[in-house]
Amino acid sequence: MNTVTLPKAKQQSDADMQKSPKCAPAWRAPLIALVLGTAACLFLPDQVGLLTRIFIIALLVLSLDLVVGVAGLATLGHAAMFGVGAYAAGIFALHVMPDPLVGLAVGVAAGTLLAGLSGAFLLRYQGFTFLMLTVAVAQIVLSLAHKARDWTGGDDGLSGYIMGPLFGKFEFDLEGKLAAYYALGVLVIFFYIARRLVDSPFGLAVRGIHENRARMAALGTPVYKRLWSMYAIAGAFAGAAGALSAQTTAVVGLDSLSFSLSAEVLVMLILGGVGRLSGALIGATVFLLLHHTASSINPYHWLFVVGGLLMLVVLAPPAKYFKRLLVHVGISK
Amino acid sequence: MSQLLELRSLDKRFGGIHVTKSVSLKLAAGDRLALIGPNGAGKTTLVNQISGVFPSDSGEVWLRGENVTRLTQAQRVRNGLARTFQITTLAPHFAVQRQIELALFEREHLSGSLWRSIDSFPALKAEAQDLLTTFGLRSHASTPTQDLAYGEQRLIEMALAMALKPKVLLLDEPMAGVPKGDGARLLAALDALPRDLAVLLIEHDMDLVFRYATRILVLSEGAVLADGTPDEIRRDPLVRAAYLGN
Repeated sequence: MNTVTLPKAKQQSDADMQKSPKCAPAWRAPLIALVLGTAACLFLPDQVGLLTRIFIIALLVLSLDLVVGVAGLATLGHAAMFGVGAYAAGIFALHVMPDPLVGLAVGVAAGTLLAGLSGAFLLRYQGFTFLMLTVAVAQIVLSLAHKARDWTGGDDGLSGYIMGPLFGKFEFDLEGKLAAYYALGVLVIFFYIARRLVDSPFGLAVRGIHENRARMAALGTPVYKRLWSMYAIAGAFAGAAGALSAQTTAVVGLDSLSFSLSAEVLVMLILGGVGRLSGALIGATVFLLLHHTASSINPYHWLFVVGGLLMLVVLAPPAKYFKRLLVHVGISK
Repeated sequence: MSQLLELRSLDKRFGGIHVTKSVSLKLAAGDRLALIGPNGAGKTTLVNQISGVFPSDSGEVWLRGENVTRLTQAQRVRNGLARTFQITTLAPHFAVQRQIELALFEREHLSGSLWRSIDSFPALKAEAQDLLTTFGLRSHASTPTQDLAYGEQRLIEMALAMALKPKVLLLDEPMAGVPKGDGARLLAALDALPRDLAVLLIEHDMDLVFRYATRILVLSEGAVLADGTPDEIRRDPLVRAAYLGN
């Protein structure tokens, strides 16, 4: 048998043994998100619109984290998948049927399709070339959406559709309560899926590629195939976020494909912490709450606050200092 | 004895530089072939050509009776080829055991598994722990790889290669940069490699080469200068003049 046996002197006693690394339960973080999200909806009924926006954008940032934080691919074109999912769900509701869950599936399919097609080309490149090409793809999609006025409404946006009842029973209310719970439910489900993915052998391989592409290739990992799969999955997540946006606001604008949205979600991800998934939810919440609060105080200079916070997070990562604090008080080593 | 690895007139140019020139060699099960030569002789380039990191301009690579010249790196690994790197090439933030599990999932064709948790493969987990124990790294199972001493990281390189259960192992300067104190563990690991494994070793430590290798191939300026047993190589005047000295 092809095994190695070192001399006995090199073997280690049980006393030397260290506990094996172990994954956190996949349900834990999504459950926390569900509890906090539900509590926010219950205790802040006047803010369900803002909360819905937070849940949707958190899903988009989660999708971005799969690409940037897990796979290590820096992108500035992630809004393309979001926008395509939004337009697909909106057009489907307008021309085919208004069922929200079927529409959500259509958004997921559209996001996956765009990510799959563009990823097949983009992932042949790395670094700045990849980054610039993601911007190019998003701009091409934006331009196509602008040209296809008959379908997308062009500058006026896509509107005029009314969503049907959820599960055929629950009507979307004017206050937006159902929309908030619907968005939260979808977010939590996708968050759980993301956690499962990241802690699967597939996720481990993708994280390995992020850490060291040459090593993974030497282990026999089909690097391109794994990255493409993750990119397509992230497209599904972004498409779902887009569909949620289209369904809960009943309008899709060209801004859903914009470069500024791609850049903003990247800022949110960095604010919350890259590669941890939960950071995506934290980042989206912090950014949108700041946006909401600071822009109501000063609508022209609210980005100053975000810029300052971003500098602080980049120069003094909270996780690092939190760990130092735990070490300092003797909770961690 | 049947050949596990065969190179037929392998050539590689980078622009105007002819890095490997019609290199041929054969490696059978149990062989311990050392590839030596001065810096820039084309040793690492040859390993990269064999493992499929980049294609050869001409020539063929045969692995276990199959022409793998046009196969990808991943396909060659699945055909029984493993390698280590001259400069440690690991996932620095991964816990050591996770690093080994990466190799095991690949070997078992599980890295496409999307849903099952990596903790739900007890047999592979146990195998990873056994490998760590074998290489004296069990106490570092949960330690981030980057926190280990350099010599221990070199051991992980070997453990990763062995986790793939290869038939042919390419070791690119396993002792490079290893402090004297850690060298003994690496030597023990080299000695303990399975007897039926075919090993191609690149190394500048001539004491190790002449002690370990059953055959030595000398490369100079990309071409094979000499090929023979350690005694033959030691006596070869061309090799002494070009590389070993007097």
